[in-house]
Amino acid sequence: MIAAWRILHKDLVLELRTREALSGLIVLVLLILLTFTFALNPEGASAAAPAVQWVTFIFAGLMAIQRSFLIERENGAWYGLLLCPIDRGAIFVAKMASNVIVLGGAQVVLLALLVLFLGVSVPVAPFGLLFVNVLGLIGFAALATLFAAISVRLRAREMMLPLLVLPLLVPLVICAVEASRIVMAGGTIASAGPWVRVLVTFDVIFSVAGWMVFEQLVHE
Amino acid sequence: MMPSAERVSRDASGPVVRAENLGKTFGRAVVLRDVALQVAAGEVLALFGPNGAGKSTLLRLLARLMTPTSGTLMLFGETGQTSAVRRRIGLVAHQSFLYPDLNARENLLFYAGMYDLVDAPARVDAWLERVALADVGTRPVRLFSRGMEQRLALARALLHEPDLVLLDEPWSGLDAAAADWLGALLVEQRQQGRTVIVATHDFERGLAVATRALIVHRGRLAWEAPVAADSSAAFDAAYRQITGAVAA
Repeated sequence: MIAAWRILHKDLVLELRTREALSGLIVLVLLILLTFTFALNPEGASAAAPAVQWVTFIFAGLMAIQRSFLIERENGAWYGLLLCPIDRGAIFVAKMASNVIVLGGAQVVLLALLVLFLGVSVPVAPFGLLFVNVLGLIGFAALATLFAAISVRLRAREMMLPLLVLPLLVPLVICAVEASRIVMAGGTIASAGPWVRVLVTFDVIFSVAGWMVFEQLVHE
Repeated sequence: MMPSAERVSRDASGPVVRAENLGKTFGRAVVLRDVALQVAAGEVLALFGPNGAGKSTLLRLLARLMTPTSGTLMLFGETGQTSAVRRRIGLVAHQSFLYPDLNARENLLFYAGMYDLVDAPARVDAWLERVALADVGTRPVRLFSRGMEQRLALARALLHEPDLVLLDEPWSGLDAAAADWLGALLVEQRQQGRTVIVATHDFERGLAVATRALIVHRGRLAWEAPVAADSSAAFDAAYRQITGAVAA
């Protein structure tokens, strides 16, 4: 796993240096959120906040995840990575981890903007909300990272990634929205139990599957 | 660092590259067909041929970046694509495989880490000196000229002292001094018992370093001969006859 750490470190150095993924992500989050703010009835906006949050996050996040592979395509660095004598699953682990970190930053900004724009009240116990967000984030990053590795080789990659990933994200989005709705309303993690259990299962399945099948997926 | 004597004796047990009936198609396009090739340790094989002949595809197959559509390919006696085999391959392709927003030193340190090299910083500094980029080691690669990037790509490919060095148009972008330096480097690689396969359009430089020359035409190995001091004329004639073009 030291190889994964080295790739992650390189990705984070590149992101800190260019800030391309995070800045693009935050601008996109802001634009989508502004659109929802004007479109929604102010009285019902707060109730719609969980759905708005996850739809915004997923659409903006897909762009950032695709970019994490596009930096490897520039100058063909992707092939340099594939030539290295490492377990290729380490590339998946590193890419997923860097996506979790970048998307996590964007998610914090998104939650703050939800409070500002949609009047969402900050939960008394924010741990539950944080927990649900982390679970949703990991599942999304695992699945989208896996498919980004496939779609980045395709000619119509910008169109293919959403087409491939969005149908598979439906269970995650439903569970994340429902669990967020409960914890935003002051409920506990236990009261969101069924949704949280599906989220955990989703995270485990796609994280492990991604790591295991990555070698086959990236081989031309 | 592996002593060269050990390298030679380890590789002397069999050919470094052994390909039989190797073929590659992309959709309906047949890029390589029925390629049979054996390359021994310490050989420098020069691949010549017009654009689209299949040279780059052959190098990518040998680097295990692609799977052949047909035939078998053994590298160091192994058919599989293992980490141990990948560790022994160095590739310089048309693209540099470098990260534009990392500086030269960071790029080499990253790859040194990927190959788990001991004394990586010292080795990286030594290679930056060798490719005459030590003065600009902290400059981002995106600010490099084509020739500087090519020299750094050579350092990246040779940093881990691969037993099989694959080079696709390595002289491209290099000035005369750097091109001469590369020629000397390839001769040094040969003397150290490494196997070098170089695809090039630069006949003069290619023949100067090669022990064997090969012409690839329309996906087939069309001609092959050992290189001697007087083989230039024979090569010119063969190239003209096979491709219909005049050797430069």
